[in-house]
Amino acid sequence: MLRFISKRLASALLVMFTISVLVFLIFFATPGVDPAARIAGKSATPAVLRQVAKEFGLNRPLPIRYGLMMFHLFIKQDLTSYVNIGDRIIPQITAAAPITLSLIFGAVVIWLFVGISAGVVAAKNKGKFIDPLVMFFGITAISIPVFWLGEMVTIITQGGLHHTVFAWVPNGGYVSLTQNPWQWALHLFWPWVTLASLYAGIYARVLRGELINNMNEDYIRTARAKGLSERRILYRHALRCSMITIVSLFGLDVGVLVGGAALLTEVVFGLQGVGWLTYQGLQNLDLPLIMGCVMYGAFFVVLASAVVDVLYAYIDPRIRVVA
Amino acid sequence: MAALGVLIFMVIVTLLAPVYAHHFAHDNPFVPNLQGRIKIGSHFREVMQTNTTGLGVTPIGPTWNFSKYFLGADELGRDVFARVLYGGRVTLLIGFSSGLICITVATVLGMLAGYFGRATDWIISRLLDIIWAFPIYLLAISLSVILVTNGLDLGIIHIGAGSLLLPILIIASVYVPYVARPVRGIVFSLKERDFIHAAVASGASDWHILRKEILPNVMPSVIVFFPLMVALNILTESALSTLGIGVQPPEASWGTIINDGLQLLHTRPWVAIAPGVCIVIVCVALNIFGDGVRDAFDPRAKLRGSI
Repeated sequence: MLRFISKRLASALLVMFTISVLVFLIFFATPGVDPAARIAGKSATPAVLRQVAKEFGLNRPLPIRYGLMMFHLFIKQDLTSYVNIGDRIIPQITAAAPITLSLIFGAVVIWLFVGISAGVVAAKNKGKFIDPLVMFFGITAISIPVFWLGEMVTIITQGGLHHTVFAWVPNGGYVSLTQNPWQWALHLFWPWVTLASLYAGIYARVLRGELINNMNEDYIRTARAKGLSERRILYRHALRCSMITIVSLFGLDVGVLVGGAALLTEVVFGLQGVGWLTYQGLQNLDLPLIMGCVMYGAFFVVLASAVVDVLYAYIDPRIRVVA
Repeated sequence: MAALGVLIFMVIVTLLAPVYAHHFAHDNPFVPNLQGRIKIGSHFREVMQTNTTGLGVTPIGPTWNFSKYFLGADELGRDVFARVLYGGRVTLLIGFSSGLICITVATVLGMLAGYFGRATDWIISRLLDIIWAFPIYLLAISLSVILVTNGLDLGIIHIGAGSLLLPILIIASVYVPYVARPVRGIVFSLKERDFIHAAVASGASDWHILRKEILPNVMPSVIVFFPLMVALNILTESALSTLGIGVQPPEASWGTIINDGLQLLHTRPWVAIAPGVCIVIVCVALNIFGDGVRDAFDPRAKLRGSI
């Protein structure tokens, strides 16, 4: 087991390294892209371009620039922005992280509750009217562009109904949990719903499929033969087994989301979390900021997939042998 | 198969966009129309109205009249309904063509990796791992930010900035591992089957085995992926275009129209609502159709029952 974990850790580090190199190459070595021109602006003269290139160290060879950036990001931790000269990257990310975590926390609660209950209800009522109805909602939820859903929520809650039904919805922004827990929840409620809808749809569909598959297995027949109630069979036997798939899906989804995949929700609601920060960096082509955010994100993605793998190996010893 | 009907209907309607624009609406939805006036019933109204909402100049709202500004105008006075029709052509084109490119590349890579194994497999698998480890939207957005404003210059191949090919290629490439990995797995297990051993023993070339023995057995799984990939691609295109780094003006897609609607969200919400509704309809239809295709190829899935 220890050998498996250390092997998995080594490959996680390798993946993070590759991601950092890839991001670096995308922004500095894409043919036809001159980073100095991006920093200096469109009308810069060749002399200005040379000066900018020198100032930001862009005239050095690529590997050295990559090494320097990593050194400042991880060892000295004093990497600064290209755009807002002098702004340190790491404090910006640590300030944004609680907002992203708050957003994901509430969304997770909603999507697990809705997704799992919808999946169970659909599987329980297979062949009846309610199953296709629930699944249709599931398909619709995964077919809605997140950004557009956020806009529609804004139209409804901030539009004509804002003075009556939705008077309780704040005008956007963020209040931290320690400042006022009630306002924190109020401000984040609609972003939570927006982010959760896609995942609730996915989880309901996956869980329903798993449940119906498992209900055809031999061990369910055994349970029936023992005379257990249908209720107990569904919740204690079939659901338990089906949750393995859900747990691994959940680990990866949360990892990706904490790592910045909630970008679209954050941008549309103006929540200044890590995804929003990444988007700002991308718009200004502020490479140190992008690199910081992507490495932060990659860390969680890689961590999540490593944790899921180790948990799996713990549950199922066969995986240890194969890997 | 109602889903397939909806899809075909949407494709035909968007293909008829020029017919609608030229023969029914008599306008060009790509040219600003800030001074225009339209005749509704017996009286004329300005396309850009000064005092209807108390928020300055506002484009005309929906007339619900098929011959003129059915869904109103955007902030440049262009006919939103006609633009949604034209935008659908671009969105569907990107969805289907990047789906096709993605599936083709992924099938080839997956088959090569699975069939040849060893070094070939190692290189292809690591390549897929790298893309896989990247949060998909971050990768797509990073590539778009760089490429869409600069164009791609690979020596002999040059794609200009703002070309539709860029979003197509970017979207196709980020989803390659989703298809290539399962294909590789299928080929791995096929390789141990007797009919492949028989083909090898009878002296068939690798090329022949890949084409005549492996490919026909991989195809059903690949076909199942296609409608789902197209739906994913359409959602990705709309996300990129809404952020302003997908389809570039003067071209329009459903994503860019949602972006246009952002400034008019509180005065003329239909500009943003209409293209989003179209995306939802098409993606729901694609997903339902995809489930149907899966059931057709895998009768066991049908046993489980799905809509």
